[in-house]
Amino acid sequence: MANKTAVETTLNGEETTFLCEPRQTLLEALRDELGLIGSKEGCGNGNCGACNVLLDGVLVNSCLVLAPEIEGRSVVTIEGIAEDGELHPLQQKFLEHASLQCGICTPGFIVSSKALLDENPNPTEHDVRLWLAGNLCRCTGYDKIVRAVLDVAQNNA
Amino acid sequence: MQAFDYIAPKSVDEAISALAAGGEKARPLSGGTDLIAQLQEGRRGLETVVDVKRIPELMEISISADGLKLGAAVSCHTINANQAVRDAYPALIDSTHLIGGTQIQGRASIGGNLCNSSPAADAIPNLVVHNVSCHIAGPNGRRTVAVEDFCTGPGQNVLENGEFLVSLTFPKPPPNFGAAYLRFIPRNEMDIAVVGAGASVILSDDKETIQSARVSLGAVAPTPLLVQEAGDVLAGQPISEETLNKAADLAKAAARPINDMRGTIAQRKHLSGVLTQRALRIAIDRARGAKTVDELGRLNGHGE
Repeated sequence: MANKTAVETTLNGEETTFLCEPRQTLLEALRDELGLIGSKEGCGNGNCGACNVLLDGVLVNSCLVLAPEIEGRSVVTIEGIAEDGELHPLQQKFLEHASLQCGICTPGFIVSSKALLDENPNPTEHDVRLWLAGNLCRCTGYDKIVRAVLDVAQNNA
Repeated sequence: MQAFDYIAPKSVDEAISALAAGGEKARPLSGGTDLIAQLQEGRRGLETVVDVKRIPELMEISISADGLKLGAAVSCHTINANQAVRDAYPALIDSTHLIGGTQIQGRASIGGNLCNSSPAADAIPNLVVHNVSCHIAGPNGRRTVAVEDFCTGPGQNVLENGEFLVSLTFPKPPPNFGAAYLRFIPRNEMDIAVVGAGASVILSDDKETIQSARVSLGAVAPTPLLVQEAGDVLAGQPISEETLNKAADLAKAAARPINDMRGTIAQRKHLSGVLTQRALRIAIDRARGAKTVDELGRLNGHGE
């Protein structure tokens, strides 16, 4: 037991192989083995959404995925959201609306919001609030976050 | 987390071997939203985790003339995205939209919700009113158990050592069938049921009389309850306030809740009646052809 195993995956669009212990979560592997520290550990048990990533395009808590589970799968983290050195519209609007204070929850909110807009490019405010109910923020009161997401959606319309 | 071996078998037989080799220290992993959290908290002394999501039969979701076959590890997200399932089993979506938030639904499965066997599980009353069968595999072969017989206590069920849930089958909805699941929580979403209630009905062809009905309650007993008498009292009765009240009273009487941080005995008894009546009304509306569900899976006009 506890021997490290090699995991092959597609991480932010690139073929990647890394070593991990089966007991490591995807979040731990991202941060400790792969140096991708954008995904944050808030609660570590699936309540806060700060570690959210896309697994085969589906929003999941990376703290509730075992690292070896991603063998052969595709993972997108906050580090994979900007393209060609350009901020993603969600990142830009989070800045413009000042949708963050301490910033710990922000990567999770951006990844979650991207998953929402991928499925539903024109959500209502209610859709946004319901979708983001699993992301906790202790600073902003959520309003600026919701406004930023709706602003991006507005530009989709 | 404690150290353990991780195995991802590709067939039911390989999974049976892996679980047999691991004995009591082995457990299947589906979406992991319960199991990994329990491992993090040190509540499971496991040495082997058997990931069943690479087994095609556990990931199957298909509708045939017989009904719906749902692999035990299919995520709520996959179910929510399946239009044929949404159309044929709108009440199932009541549960898959309620279990956790978006990112939990990305992983959590109905089979896992059943096997975790919480008295407050949001899927189980819904499975009970749909007459679901549970297909189990293990070292002694396969067997099938009616879902109302699956849970035996809080976190306890009929699975023997080495056995695991392969799939659930939902019978094809008969004509004039409708079902619904409702729960009460003190906030809008992301909470554990204080009480949950499932109901299903089959109406007469003129849709004025209830031919048969099933009622199931969650979070009011050590296991989710099938309240047989609440369904039976409706059989052959016209749809009216009076008949629905009779079923609600029987549901209230069947509830055996405890006092805890989520609610009191008196509140849970009261809610058992109220939610039973409301779930029956939605089930009747759906049996009469109402199709629309809101984003929580509820029928429009029936907000809590």
